[in-house]
Formats: sequence, C-alpha cells, structure tokens
Amino acid sequence: MLKFLAASWRFIDDRTGASEAIGPMMKHIVPRDARWWYVFGSAALCCFILQVITGIGLALSYVPSGGDAFQSLKYITDQAPLGSVLRGMHFFGASAMVLIAAMHMAQVYLHGAYKYPREMNWMSGVVLLLFTLAMGFTGQLLRWDANGVWSAVVGAEQAARVPVIGPFIAHAILAGDTIGGATLTRFFVLHVFIFPAFIFAGVAVHMWLILRHGISEMPKPGQPVVPSTYKRDYEARLQKSGVPFWPNAMWRDAVVSLIVVVGIIACAVIFGPPVLTTPPDPTALNVNPAPDWYFLFYFAILSMLPANLETWVILGGPLVVILVLLFLPLFFNKGERAPSRRPWALAIVLFVSTCIVILTIYGAKSPWSPDFGALPLAQEVPRVPKSHSFGAQVFYDKGCIYCHEVDGDGGHRGPELSSVGGRLTEDELTIRINNGGHNMPAFAGRISHDELAALVAFLSEQGKKAVPPPSQTQNIATASGVHQ
Amino acid sequence: MDIKSSSASNGSPADPEVSRRKFFVFVTAAAGSAIALLAGVPVIGFVLAPLVRRPTQNWRTVGSLDSFKIGETVKVNFTDPSPLPWSGITAQTAAWLRRTGDTEFVAFSMNCRHLGCPVRWVAGANLFMCPCHGGVYYEDGSVAAGPPPEPLARYAVRVKNGQVEIETSPIPLTTFKS
Repeated sequence: MLKFLAASWRFIDDRTGASEAIGPMMKHIVPRDARWWYVFGSAALCCFILQVITGIGLALSYVPSGGDAFQSLKYITDQAPLGSVLRGMHFFGASAMVLIAAMHMAQVYLHGAYKYPREMNWMSGVVLLLFTLAMGFTGQLLRWDANGVWSAVVGAEQAARVPVIGPFIAHAILAGDTIGGATLTRFFVLHVFIFPAFIFAGVAVHMWLILRHGISEMPKPGQPVVPSTYKRDYEARLQKSGVPFWPNAMWRDAVVSLIVVVGIIACAVIFGPPVLTTPPDPTALNVNPAPDWYFLFYFAILSMLPANLETWVILGGPLVVILVLLFLPLFFNKGERAPSRRPWALAIVLFVSTCIVILTIYGAKSPWSPDFGALPLAQEVPRVPKSHSFGAQVFYDKGCIYCHEVDGDGGHRGPELSSVGGRLTEDELTIRINNGGHNMPAFAGRISHDELAALVAFLSEQGKKAVPPPSQTQNIATASGVHQ
Repeated sequence: MDIKSSSASNGSPADPEVSRRKFFVFVTAAAGSAIALLAGVPVIGFVLAPLVRRPTQNWRTVGSLDSFKIGETVKVNFTDPSPLPWSGITAQTAAWLRRTGDTEFVAFSMNCRHLGCPVRWVAGANLFMCPCHGGVYYEDGSVAAGPPPEPLARYAVRVKNGQVEIETSPIPLTTFKS
C-alpha cells in the first residue's frame, strides 16, 4: 500500500513537476540570523487563511439580505452547532490580523528592511494593510445590527465630503438614497469577493518579491545599504552563512502561527463573538453607534476636530497617511538600517503607537458623547439633600447630566460640576445656563423661572456642602475646590 | 523555424514575416478589446444603472392631524420611496415631526449633519442630541453645540384630508465646501 502511494506520488510529481517548481522556493537561502523577529509576516498570512476558512463557513449560513441578515446571524450565534465559536474566530482572527500586520510593519520599519532593493515589498505591504482595514470596516458592517446600519451611513457621509464626486460615491456606498435592501448586498460583495481577490493578488506579489530580493539580514550598525554594491554583498554573505528557509527558518513561523491560532480560538471560546446589538431598524434611534476597536482611534480623532478643519482632515488625513506610507521607501532607500543609528525611526514608532493606544482608550470611553445612560440624581437619596431634590431633578430632566458629572454620575462632554459652587456665583451660573457657552446650548426659553432658580441653588451647593460627602476622596477634592 | 527565419530577417517594413506578425498582434488586440467591450457593457451597465436612475419620491402618511399636539416633537416612521421586496425592516425610515401651528409642521431628518448618526429628541431640554460625537440642536434644528456644520435637514410636510404627509427624500449629505 505504502509502495503504491509512493509510486503514485512519483508519477504525479514527475508529470506535474511539483517538487521542481516549489522545492527551490521553499529552500531558498535565508540569512542565518533571520530568527524570531521574522515571524510576523507569516503569522499575518496565517490569520488571513484562517479568515478565508472561517469566512467560507459563515457564508454557508449567512443571508446577505437587508431584511434577513440579522436573523441569520442570530441563528449562527444561538442555534448552529459551533456557530458562536466560528463567529468568534472570524472576529478575533480579524483583530489578530490587523494587530500582527501592524507589528510586522513596525518591525520592518525599525529594521530598515524596506530599503533598497525591497522598496516594493514595503509598498505592496502597505496596500495589503489598507485592504485589511477595508475588510475590517466592511466586516463590521456585515454584522448587520443597528451598529452595522449606522456604520454604512457614517461611511457614506464621510465619502460625501469628497469634492464634486462625493455625493456620487455616497450614493454608491448606500446603494441608493437611503439605507435599504441593496445596501448590505453591496458590502457583502466587497467583503467576500472584491477585497479578498485583491488580498490574494497582493499576497502573491508580496511573496514573489520576497523570493526575488531575499529576506533582509538583521541590521548591523555600521553596515549601511549602498545600492550600487548591496546585491553583490548580500549574495556573498548569503553564500557564506545562509541556511535554507525550509526547514531551518520555517519551523519558527509554524510555531508562532500555532500560538496565534490557539490564541484566536481561545478568545473565541472564552469571550465569544461580538454581541449583536438591536436589529437593523433605521427607525430605532436609541442607538450608540461606535466602530470596532481598530477604528476607535479614528473615531476619537473625528470627535476632536474643530468644525472648520473637519472636511480637510476627513479627506486629507487618510490620503496623506497613505501617501507617506506608500512612498516612504522611495525617499529613504539607502543608508543605515540599525535602529540604534536611526533614533528618529525609533521615536516615530514609539510616538505613533503611543498615540494610537491613547486614542483607542479615549475612543472606547468616548467622553465627548452625551451619556444617555445617566440616571437621575434625585434617586440617589443620601447625596442630594431634600431641599435640592427639585434642582437635581431639573439637572436630569434638562439633560445637563448627559454632559456634566456631579459626584461621580453623568457624562464627560462638559466640565465636571461637583465643585462648581466654589467656582461660580449664582449670578454667573444663571448667565451661563441662559446663554450657553463654548459647546453648551443656551437654555434661555427652554427652562422656567422656577426650574432655573432650583437648578442654580442645587449647583451652587455643589462643592460647599455642609453634610460631608460619603467618600473620603470626594471630601478632599471638594474641600480644596479641586475639579477636573 | 519561423522564429529563426524572422530573427534573421532584416526587420524592414517590407519584410513579409514582420508585417504578418504585426497583423497577428493587431488581430489579438482587436479580439481582446472586442471581448472586453462586449462583456463589459452589460456588466458595467448593470452595476452603474441604479446609481444614475433616481427613484421618484413619494408622499407618505404618518398620522392624522389631531394625533399631533402643537409644540410637541415626536418620531414618525414611514417607508422608503421604492423598497426592494427583501428589504424587510431596512425599508423603514424615521423623522422627527414637530407641530408648530394648526396646520403647520416641521419634519427634521434624524441624521446628524456631522456624520449621519441618528439624533434623539430630549424632550425635557427641548434639544436634539447625537450619540456619536455630541452634536446638539435646538428644537428648530439649528446647531446648539458640538461639531455639526449645518442645521438638521428638513423633509417637506403637508396636511391633506386631515392626514399629515411627509415627502420621502435622500439621506442628507454634508458635502464639500471650501
């Protein structure tokens, strides 16, 4: 039997030339020092393959129709055997792919591996990253709950800002004038056919370029890239000390990919897929649309822009970032590669990653949004003395609490008012409430005389309470008039 | 054999082998272009047609005149102009309707003019508030606070035979202004 199988393989191999074609690619010589730093690319590819497989699985049950998609997702999540795990794997696989691709990019940048002759390796990688993010956005949208519906609207609104053709693009994104039956189908086609086709092609180009130029060596200080001699020197060093990719280097890729896949499955089992919020009903307006985590930093940036800059940043920001990333290697393709000789590279990576982490946390908290979940203060009996319960009720009814915090309750869009009594007099409070101010609506005409009086009395009591507040820290904060 | 003979030929336009090859190149390119054109017209036409064809807007009844109180802002639901059979719940849309007089109404689009998120009416404060980036509008739709660059868009409203009707319209898009 074994003999028969071996003979069959020899026949197939001889007639197809499989070993002859693939063998040299697998055994191409790589630098001996290409060790654990070099595993990110293959781990990202492994994530992509996992996404294709789990995606095909999900597509067997997913119905890409505006009216039925939500029900089919409910079915996959709640009833289909292992459906919840499969959805979870697809979600955490996407997260891992974004994260690992970003790490891959940071590593290549830090090691100067994008320099001559590997400029196009980097450029094809940038294109792959963009398609990966596009897959993230469209994938989040295919989770066709209320969040998916509003993601489509927000995407179309941003595209509409493009000069001249903006409305046309927005119309194409929504597949019509409004959200409707055709909207979801459009995103399904992008996510399942068009973008993956570009990723497959991009991966092929990216890998062909690896074979063409070889894997870069670990950067050594004092060994700059000189385009006129680089290829000759690289070949010479490789001949002297290189090892075949298969199996001397590939085992590390396999081990790391295994760890990544185990991590993805563990997350899928432990945390489960992202919760489906409410059905995709465009008339249900009590929703809080927010992007998945990998776009939270951008969500945060959009909230901080002054109105007059907004259109320019929405349009120009991504364009500038893409152009800078894409053409970076054409302008800096020679010289030192070692991070120790390129302090600016190190500083840029640290700065950008710190910004993205901080903005992501900020985006997750979204303190700029009104906090519609805030409860009336009047219900919190001990903290509001009886005499001010009407003022506290007004503070809730008029929506003040959605944006202002008092004693640990309320939103963060406006200043905290826990100690406002120490800062502003009753007259100043009255003026501020009536006239509004920087980013605050004017309440004159929308609050009665009695309500205003009660509200001002309640607020001027904040920070100079006779009754000690419940917690020690608040006591200190209010006594010194400190506020955030 | 052919290749050999041509590489040995002198390459002048008069050479019959060279003009034969030029002809073959032309035939291949012409056939390929014809295939692309023949297949492309229906495909591209199918994809682009819905973008060019504008649906006609309809008047939709949202309730009887006496079901709305003067000075109150309420949400009304209605159906898109030309829903597809499989649109289901996504064929519905909503507007904020405010009765301002005996037969006068104002209907606001629920889309925030910043990035299109759905604004909600906070009745106690007489304000529209957006959950995404904190846009706030007064009861007449003008901007009270936050990032929106323009007031809330309005739908056309009319009262006909004791019924309040709203004319459907596209999602308002905030477009480029330099």
